[in-house]
Amino acid sequence: MRPWLRLLRPGDWLVLLAGLAAVVAGVPLLWRAGTADLAVVKRDGTVVAELPLTQARKLDVTGPLGTTVIEVQPGRARIAADPGPRQYCVLQGWLTRPNSIAICAPNHVSLQLSGREGGYDSLNY
Amino acid sequence: MTASTTERGADAGRAQPSPPPGRGTGGGGVIELAVTPADRRVARYAAAAIALTIAEAALPSPLPGVKPGLANIVTLMVLWRHGWREAAWVTLLRVLAGSLLVGQFLAPGFFLSLTGALLSLAVLALSRRLPRRWFGPVSHSVLAAFAHIAGQLLLVRLWLVPHDGVFHLVPVFAAAALLFGIVNGLIAAKLLESDNK
Repeated sequence: MRPWLRLLRPGDWLVLLAGLAAVVAGVPLLWRAGTADLAVVKRDGTVVAELPLTQARKLDVTGPLGTTVIEVQPGRARIAADPGPRQYCVLQGWLTRPNSIAICAPNHVSLQLSGREGGYDSLNY
Repeated sequence: MTASTTERGADAGRAQPSPPPGRGTGGGGVIELAVTPADRRVARYAAAAIALTIAEAALPSPLPGVKPGLANIVTLMVLWRHGWREAAWVTLLRVLAGSLLVGQFLAPGFFLSLTGALLSLAVLALSRRLPRRWFGPVSHSVLAAFAHIAGQLLLVRLWLVPHDGVFHLVPVFAAAALLFGIVNGLIAAKLLESDNK
């Protein structure tokens, strides 16, 4: 190992480190699936609200069956309460990944996190 | 005994043919291209680079397009010893002849190789200004390797796979460029070590 290291001159180490920095910087830059930054609330297919996922707040959306309560916290959003009979959208819990969606079909309300590309509607494991 | 027989046999094969009669007197407008020592040098280096290319083509690669690029060792050595022009000759001859020999001439592989070679030569034209005291062959190798993959990814994006998804390969290729750039640079530096002794 030592005889090989002796072949490296001072500037070489600089170039090596720069190369390493380029490789390391490329990983988060190019391999991120896209961060969710907006919670898009729709009623009957039309967008009712686009809430940024930066501050905590609650939103009430009225549909044919009643009021759906949407709760937003930094980085995540969920349907807190819904008048639907089976509560599927409430049971989905917190949406964190981009493009994930919770649909309250009986009340015609949906909540989706925005995302750039790829993404899954929902992942369960 | 066997050695001397083969030597005699080789000598017989290498016997020079007698020059064709009547030529060289300039009667019919004969152009004679003088072969300079530099030409012979370039040819020898190019032959070595081509041999390395062929040998490398036999190695399986985990990802298409990721190769150690051993022929670049020759490019680096020529750059270091004889300057950029000869290195450019050696590299481009290697790309051309190498692609003909592996049957990839004018195939996408050839264009990828050519683009990578052109861009890395361009970067080497700039990097040869770096003072030798501080920057050895490894620097040139790493810089040229990154330029190589940059050129190839650009060509792929513009022509072969016109989709932004190719940029997902950048970290993998960058890591390969760094690794093989270092390895090739070290090998070239080792081979050049004896120059100063």
